[in-house]
Order: sequence, then C-alpha cells, then structure tokens
Amino acid sequence: MSDQTATIAPPARMSPLVRTREIVLSSPLVTVGTIILVLVVLSAIFAAWIVPHDPVRLTPSQRLKPPSETYWLGTDAFGRDLFSRIVYGGQISLVVGVAAAIVAVVAGLMLGLLAGYIRWIDAVLMRMVDGLMAIPSILLAIAIVSLWGASLWTVLVAITIPEVPRVVRLVRSLVLSAREEPYVEAAIAAGSPTFLIMRRHLVPNTVAPLIIQGTYICASAILTEAILSFLGAGINPETPSWGNIMAEGRIYFQINPGIVLWPGLVVSVVILSINLLGDAVRDALDPRMAKRGLER
Amino acid sequence: MSLLDIRNLRIALDGVRDADVVKGLDLSIESGQTLCLVGESGSGKSLTALATMGLLPPVLKAIAGSITLKGENLLEASAARLRDLRATSMSMIFQEPMTALNPVARVGQQIEEVLEFHSDLSLSARRSRVKEMMEAVHLPDVDKMYASFPHQLSGGQRQRIMIAMALVMRPQLLIADEPTTALDVTTQAQILSLIRELREDQGAAVLFITHDMGVVSEIADDVTVLKLGEVMETQGVDDLLRRPQTDYTRALLRAVPSQVPRPPRDEQSDEVVLSTNALSKTYSGGGWFTKTREVRAAQDVSFSLPKGRTLGIVGESGSGKTTVARCIMRLIDPTSGTINVGGTDIAMLSQKDLKPQRKKIQIVFQDPMRSLNPRIEIGQSIIEGPLNYGTARDAAMARARELLELVGLPASAVDRFPHQFSGGQRQRIAIARALAMDPDVLVADEAVSALDVSVQAQVLDLLAELQERFGLGILFITHDLGVASQICDDVLVMQNGRVVEYGPAGQVLGSPRQDYTKTLIKAAPGRHWDFANFRPFAEAAE
Repeated sequence: MSDQTATIAPPARMSPLVRTREIVLSSPLVTVGTIILVLVVLSAIFAAWIVPHDPVRLTPSQRLKPPSETYWLGTDAFGRDLFSRIVYGGQISLVVGVAAAIVAVVAGLMLGLLAGYIRWIDAVLMRMVDGLMAIPSILLAIAIVSLWGASLWTVLVAITIPEVPRVVRLVRSLVLSAREEPYVEAAIAAGSPTFLIMRRHLVPNTVAPLIIQGTYICASAILTEAILSFLGAGINPETPSWGNIMAEGRIYFQINPGIVLWPGLVVSVVILSINLLGDAVRDALDPRMAKRGLER
Repeated sequence: MSLLDIRNLRIALDGVRDADVVKGLDLSIESGQTLCLVGESGSGKSLTALATMGLLPPVLKAIAGSITLKGENLLEASAARLRDLRATSMSMIFQEPMTALNPVARVGQQIEEVLEFHSDLSLSARRSRVKEMMEAVHLPDVDKMYASFPHQLSGGQRQRIMIAMALVMRPQLLIADEPTTALDVTTQAQILSLIRELREDQGAAVLFITHDMGVVSEIADDVTVLKLGEVMETQGVDDLLRRPQTDYTRALLRAVPSQVPRPPRDEQSDEVVLSTNALSKTYSGGGWFTKTREVRAAQDVSFSLPKGRTLGIVGESGSGKTTVARCIMRLIDPTSGTINVGGTDIAMLSQKDLKPQRKKIQIVFQDPMRSLNPRIEIGQSIIEGPLNYGTARDAAMARARELLELVGLPASAVDRFPHQFSGGQRQRIAIARALAMDPDVLVADEAVSALDVSVQAQVLDLLAELQERFGLGILFITHDLGVASQICDDVLVMQNGRVVEYGPAGQVLGSPRQDYTKTLIKAAPGRHWDFANFRPFAEAAE
C-alpha cells in the first residue's frame, strides 16, 4: 500500500569492462569480427615489425609473381610485395576511418545540438544540410579533392563532410524529443543555463546512438577512401592504401587477380566486422533491450 | 453455468520459478452482467484479460488453472481457434483509442474488415451492418464518419469506433481494459452509458477493468478486487461499497477523494504570491510561406493566489489549463497579459532578467517516469537548481538530504538513480527538487494523476503538510474534480482556453452557477457515493 515503505532497489551498475565483454561475446559472429578487427588494427600499428619487405621498394625483376614463400601474396606490376603493401595500406584506411568517424560525430553533435535547441539556427542550418544531402557523397568528395589537390588531409575532409549531415539530423531529432522531457523543463525552471542543460540533460541522450552511428561512419569512410583511391581521386598513388592497390592491380587482373582480390577481401571483411560490432553495440545500448533485466 | 469461468489461474514469467504475477485467480461472469476487476498497478488485472483473449506477451505464460468460455477451455485452444473466437465470441477494447486504430485506414473499413474475415456477408450487407453498428454507438453523421480517418475523430469518437468494432460480430463477452481512463469526464460518462446500453441490448457479459472506484460504482454488477495478483474479495457492487470485507478494500475506498469540497479554511494571508491579469497565449502557426489557423490556447486568464493557499485549475483536455501553467513557468512565452510573481511582472522578461525570478516558482510534472533525468543520481537532480543560484555544493547536498527525509524518503537515497524508485517515490523526489529552491509558489501540473489512488492520497497529504510548513502557494492543475475538492481553497474552471467560473471551492464545486461546471460535476463518476464512509451521500444527509 504505502510507497514510503516500499523497498528501494539496490544500485545496479555494470562496469564498462563487463559491459564490453558482454557485447563482444553476445554472438559468435561478433566475437569473430572483433578478433579480426583487433588483428587488423594491431598489424597496422606494428606494420614495420611485421612486414617481410619494404612496401615501396621496386624490384622490377620480380614483377607480377604468384604467391610464394618469399612473397606470401605475390607481387604487383612494379615488383612490390603485395602482403606488405596491404598491411601498410591498413594504416591509411584505419586512420581515415577512425578520424572521419570522430570528426563527423563531434561536428555533427555540435551543429545538431544548436539546431535542435535554438530555433532560428535550426531553420538556416537544416536547409544547408538538406542541400548537402542532395549531392551524392562520392561526387562531393571527388569535387573537394579535385578542388584542393590530393593529400591525406583533403581526402579526410572530403570523406568527412558528406557524413556530417546525417549526424546533424540524428542529433537534432534526438534533441528535439529530449527537450520536451519534463526533466529538461524542470532544469529550465531551475534556472540552469543553456550550456548546462545541453551538457547534462541533452548530450547523454545522444551518446548511444552516436557511438553506433560512429561505427557505421567508420566503415563507410574506409569504403569511400578505397573508392576514391580506386578512381584515382584519392591520396598519392605511391602511398599504399587498399583502394590504391586495387586501382593499380585492375589492369593486371588477368595476369595476377590476387592484386585486386586480396585487398578487396580485406576491405570487405573489415567493413563487415565493424558493422557487426556496431549492431552489437546498438543492441546492447538500446534502452528497450537494457530495460528487460530491470523491470522485474 | 457461467458464460466465462476462470478457475485458479496462475500466470508467471516464463521459465522463472516463484515469479507468479497472477496467483490463483477465480472469477465468473453471467451473460448480461458486468464484472469489474479493480486493482492498483501491478495487480495483474490486465494480464488476466490478456490471458482470456490469448494475447499474453511471450515472456508470460499461464502455468495453471483454466479459463472456460461457454464450456471451452481457452488455455488449451489452438492459436487458430482463439483467433476465430476473438471476434465472434469475445472481444476487447483498450485504454488508448488512438494507438488501437490503424492511422492510415478509414475507420469504417477497419470495422468492416472484422466482418470480412469472420462472416460470409456480401460487401453491401457488410457496409450496412457496419453503419447500423456505428449508429448503435451513437456516432453522428454515419456516412461521413465511415470514410473518416482516425486522426479526424475526437478521443471519444475513436473509442466509439473501437466499441463498434468489438461488438460488430455480437460477441457474448466484451473485455474493456480501462476504456475511459484516457478520456475526459464528460466523454467518459457517455461511453459508460453506451457500454451499459449495449450490454442490455445485446445481452453480452462485460469484464470491465478499472482502477477508478467512481467508475465501478457507475457500471458494475459484481466487483473483484485484486492486489498483487491475488483476489482480495468478490462481492456485489452495493455490498462491496457498503461492507468491504478486507482491510485492503477499505483502505482503497478510503483513499478515493470525495467529490464534496472540504470546509473552507480561514483566510491566512493577504499577501498575494502569484497573480495573472488577462493572460493569453495564441499559437499562430505556419512558416514563411503558409499561414495556418490561429489557436487561442488561453484567453484573458486572470486570478490571484495568496500565500499558503491552493488554487485549482480544472478543465478537460484542450481547455488550456496546462498552457496557463507553462506560461506562468515561462516554459512558453505568453502572447499578452501579465504574470505577477512576488511583485514582479515576469510575463515579458528576457531570459536573463527572468533568472532571479525563476527561483520563486517551481513546478512538479505529471509523469513521474519522465520528470527526473534517468542518467543522474537524484541528489544531483535536486541540487541542480540551488547550484545555479550560487549555493555551495556541500550545503546544497546537505539540504537535499533534509528534503528527502521531509518528503518521506531516506536521506541515503541521494545517490540512487530514478529507476530504483516507484512512481510515488519519484513524485516525492520531484517535490523535493522543487522545494530545494525555497519557492513561494509550487505549480503542480496533474502531479497526482498518474499515481495509484492510495499513493495519490499520500502525495496529496504531503503537499498539504508542506504547504502548512512553508506557507507555499500551490497552483494545482487537475482534471479530477475529486482531487480538486479535497485540496483546493479556490477553483478556476476552464473551457476552450477561457475561464468559465472562478471562486471559492465550496461555491464553485458545491453550487456551481455556470452550465459547463454543472455538466462537469454531473459527469464525474461516483459522485453519489461517499466512498470513505461506505455509504451514498443521500443517506448521509438523512
């Protein structure tokens, strides 16, 4: 009868470590995906110690060799070791993927907060976002790269900019629904400044969806970088990246198809792994899934 | 033999031992009778209904007992058989008529669909049957209504459509799960009389689920009281209201707010803490290129609230009472008029000039689940306001602990999270948060409407006690006339954004002058019963 005497449930909080373990072990596919990702990341970081050959050294006598004990995945048209190039290519791809995800999420979060909370900014900003979204992202990226010339930085900018509008829209919609919550109105009534309301009451609502969105952006940025490089609009062809290797191997496909297929396989598997991990994080952070244990 | 007979029904979480949510329930209903299933949240009343319909969510299972409809055990029936029975022998109406209808299909076709699947009638025969049914539930202009979409209808009309859909196959059993809880009192009165009428015309049995004793007194033949999955007692409605057998039922009845206004208190103070003059809010929608209809959500609302008194704003949905509250809190900007808080007109102040004034006036919201940020400890929620006004963190936290004890919670609760509390407890925390600012005025926007009646009574007592102690002026917004008559000194009745009647509670609710106020009072369910004293008012007067 009395709500005063009703027992107050004991605190139930999971440590981040336990949480991560639970996500990784949530299904065998996610576990495999995580292991692959960890291996790819480690091999990219420690590339210098892993690779058997210098990835840019030309050995014209060894052009287009099939896989052998010296050249594990064969060589390309300039006699460079394919395996070493793929391992080094991972550096570029992962840097681009992670950097694009972080920059797009942070920029999108700022703009989305402003758009969702301040009305006149919303009207202006969302029309700009609409305009940006009307242009296909690859075309936009190619335009940016050809405007400023190819380098790692311009490629990064070119890949990140088309991703930002999606984040802005996501954050804006989350903020629009969160600001109607009575606890936000209570904070307004308590005289809290706008900045505090955003930081304490609005941003935490966006964290889970943004982590998930971030993993998808990471995967899509890796793919976009590969496409740009493949089209010749990417970074300097000398620097190995997965897209560059495939672009160069395209004309030799009939002689040594491995030059295209191996990096292609790596790109596919990495993107699949990131997406699987993203799905697992989404399932774990979805409040409807999380609530199940608490209700009863 | 009874039409519906439930014996020793047990429902439990699938695969969990000793997690029964319904514990050995027995009930039976005869044709042409209405059985009310009454209980507070968590009593298992809706689950019993869902089990009967074969619609239990997958995590719950009926693990023992029987549900017999016309001699057939429904717990053993196949899914296909249940689907067949659901339209033809039993049907159900739900609390929220908006979500129960398909928003993109015409309502007439939605009713017709039932006939299409469960009868061999031709299209024209189905149409005329649907229209007959729509007339039977007293929908106006049936031909036009047939082709309407759900969003074009009012809440009451949508609920009538749901009832028409439920009854079109003439089932012998109608299950109504809180069918009037989301409706206004006047609409509620119409729907209740409609259900009574249809029960007599069609001779159906009605299993009526509600938490509202007023509704029970209006519609029930028999009543079964449930508490945490167990039947407390089953009696005829008159016997139950006059001679409840268990302490639980007695407590439940005592907690029902009486419709008779409380005796007026002496005027304690002439000091006005909050007043408005001709406060208006007009929504003129539309963007740069379009202009939509103006909506006058509040017009010329004037009142004054002295220190230590309670002013109730009552009205149905859309009457503008919440708009007034939100204007006063400056959560929305009023279009014109003045809002005087402790001598300062805050109606048109800029956000910057407003900040020092905000302290004086605080609000408690309706929904206890959403009024606290689920991600931060309640202590942090309580001290947020004081910190904004320069109180030191330690001092604010010490005050938060005091306040929690004041509202009847342990001081140690400061570092718990909102989900660890029940609805009533959270409402107490929200009150503590409001008090942390030492306000002169507390706005309670339907603050007890989402609570069970026993918890509601406790929160009302708490508010009265705090008012006594701090001399708070309380602006109490409610749709429930019973609650208003228990707590308010003055009452202001609103309709369509306008003030209809304003005066001392005893006068407005006791001898209303305006027709609208009279209609409201007449529509309030259970107004003839003095639940707390177990007798009708008519007998008390003799």
